Amino acid sequence: MVSNSLKYKRITVFAGHYGSGKTNIAINYALMLRKQEKHVAIADLDIVNPYFRTKDCSEMLAEQGIRLISSEFAGSNVDLPSLPADVYSVLDSRDTYAVLDVGGDDRGALALGRYIPSIISENNYDMFFVINKFRPLTKNVQLTLEVMREIEAAAGAGFNAIVNNSNLGAETTCEDVLSSLEYARAVSEASGLPIAFTAVREDICRKLNISNAVPVRLYVEQSWQKEEKDG
Amino acid sequence: MSEKVLMKGNEALAEAAIMAGCRHYFGYPITPQTEIAAYMAKRMPKIGGVFLQAESEIAAINMVIGGASTGRRVMTSSSSPGISLKSEGLSYLAGCDLPALVVNVQRGGPGLGGIQPSQSDYFHATRGAGHGDFHMIVLAPSSVQEMVNLTFKGFDLAEKYRMTCMILSDGTMGQMMEPVTLDMGEIQKYDKSWALTGTKGERKPRIINSLFLQPDELEKFNFARYERYKKIEENESIYEEYRMEDAEVCIVAFGVASRVSKNAIDKAREQGIKVGMIRPVTLWPFPKKRFEEAADKVRAFVSVELSMGQMIEDIELATRCRRPVLLCNRTGGMIPTVENVLEKIAEADKIGGTR
Repeated sequence: MVSNSLKYKRITVFAGHYGSGKTNIAINYALMLRKQEKHVAIADLDIVNPYFRTKDCSEMLAEQGIRLISSEFAGSNVDLPSLPADVYSVLDSRDTYAVLDVGGDDRGALALGRYIPSIISENNYDMFFVINKFRPLTKNVQLTLEVMREIEAAAGAGFNAIVNNSNLGAETTCEDVLSSLEYARAVSEASGLPIAFTAVREDICRKLNISNAVPVRLYVEQSWQKEEKDG
Repeated sequence: MSEKVLMKGNEALAEAAIMAGCRHYFGYPITPQTEIAAYMAKRMPKIGGVFLQAESEIAAINMVIGGASTGRRVMTSSSSPGISLKSEGLSYLAGCDLPALVVNVQRGGPGLGGIQPSQSDYFHATRGAGHGDFHMIVLAPSSVQEMVNLTFKGFDLAEKYRMTCMILSDGTMGQMMEPVTLDMGEIQKYDKSWALTGTKGERKPRIINSLFLQPDELEKFNFARYERYKKIEENESIYEEYRMEDAEVCIVAFGVASRVSKNAIDKAREQGIKVGMIRPVTLWPFPKKRFEEAADKVRAFVSVELSMGQMIEDIELATRCRRPVLLCNRTGGMIPTVENVLEKIAEADKIGGTR
């Protein structure tokens, strides 16, 4: 199901405006990686968001043989913006493919900054900028680039590609996805970054013929939200 | 223009406040409402508004009193423990008859509690927001779209009746993302001849005050205020119904609990149980009349709450205890599951009683 043009690097970083869908994309990406690689880990570096965390999917990830590295306080009643020490172990063990899910905006990217020197020195990484044109604060090219520069400054590293994850949640239509392609192209042109892939909900993806599309599923949600959709 | 955007409840509420003409926000960060403050911090400077992070929640609510005295649309937001701190100010706002919007994105309590969602400030919002005889209009959104619509409406009602309007939300509503339309229509204008705008030496000074040294004078103000409350009870109660046409069991839920309940009702209907829901949108004024009517038709009520059972008392009062009211609840940051609700529906369905 992966478009063959995707070449996995040992470390893949997902960062972007908060609410752009980083966590969900990171989980989908880790699952795709796992189909190809034996050792896959996903690290939740989010120090901003109290709800809807990677940890909500811990059971599913364990079943799939993906190692989850997450703050022991995530999803609990302790509001502590702490980073798990295990992140270093993944960055150091070179046989493991790591997906880093970074918190939203420049505030979230600050946490990434401390790992950047080791990531850059190994030089086997992708740093993806996740964008969603339906988020009001990244609705046009100018605003999107503003957010991008803020994140790069906070992280101390530059992106090397864009992931177009434009969606309206459960209400996303084919037209919405199609209408986002032009926006993504414009962001790509203005930033000089290529578009790594377009993330499209799998039921919509089947109906469309987008060259660099990757079908994704929504994993991070509460049980009653899932039932709302099924019902 | 009705373009849809994807927003987090907290941000959507903040943007709606700006669209409603709010240019003065005073707050203090606390999970799970911090995004409101963060959004205001980013947007207000760009539109010539004021974002001020006060030194405490108490300072913030007192700044709201000052701002409201000038007739501007002002707001503050917090989560449960922070709202407790604002209680004194809420009483003063009422005593001064000032319009303001106060948002509570509830989390588990009591005490420091936790950061996961809750509805256990129902009593505080509808009964005991501070000392003295007073009410606030309390609006309970159950979707991100309603976070927008009710914020807009909240500012309107606050000005119309010169009182505090509270948005009683919860952590889930604040944190979840849904598509919304930000098309709100026009802002209503109300008389502001009471506002402190500077006399420029051309008129007598106006006074906004909650201190009355003569008891008969204070009594007069309290009576007048409750006359106004009576009008609000008659005219402003809002509720939504779901599958109530032939319902014999009536679920009562607001906010996130109503979302879970809708799923449970659909499933129970598949099993042949005639169940529906009345969702109060205004928690004060509570839609009493509708419950009086419902009590004629249904055999039992089920109150679904993220608390130890608080709204249940309003249901019992509104129906004069004519029908049993069961409680389906989770607390401490837990959300009732569809199964939890289904179980209570089945239990309520077994209750007979004359029709």
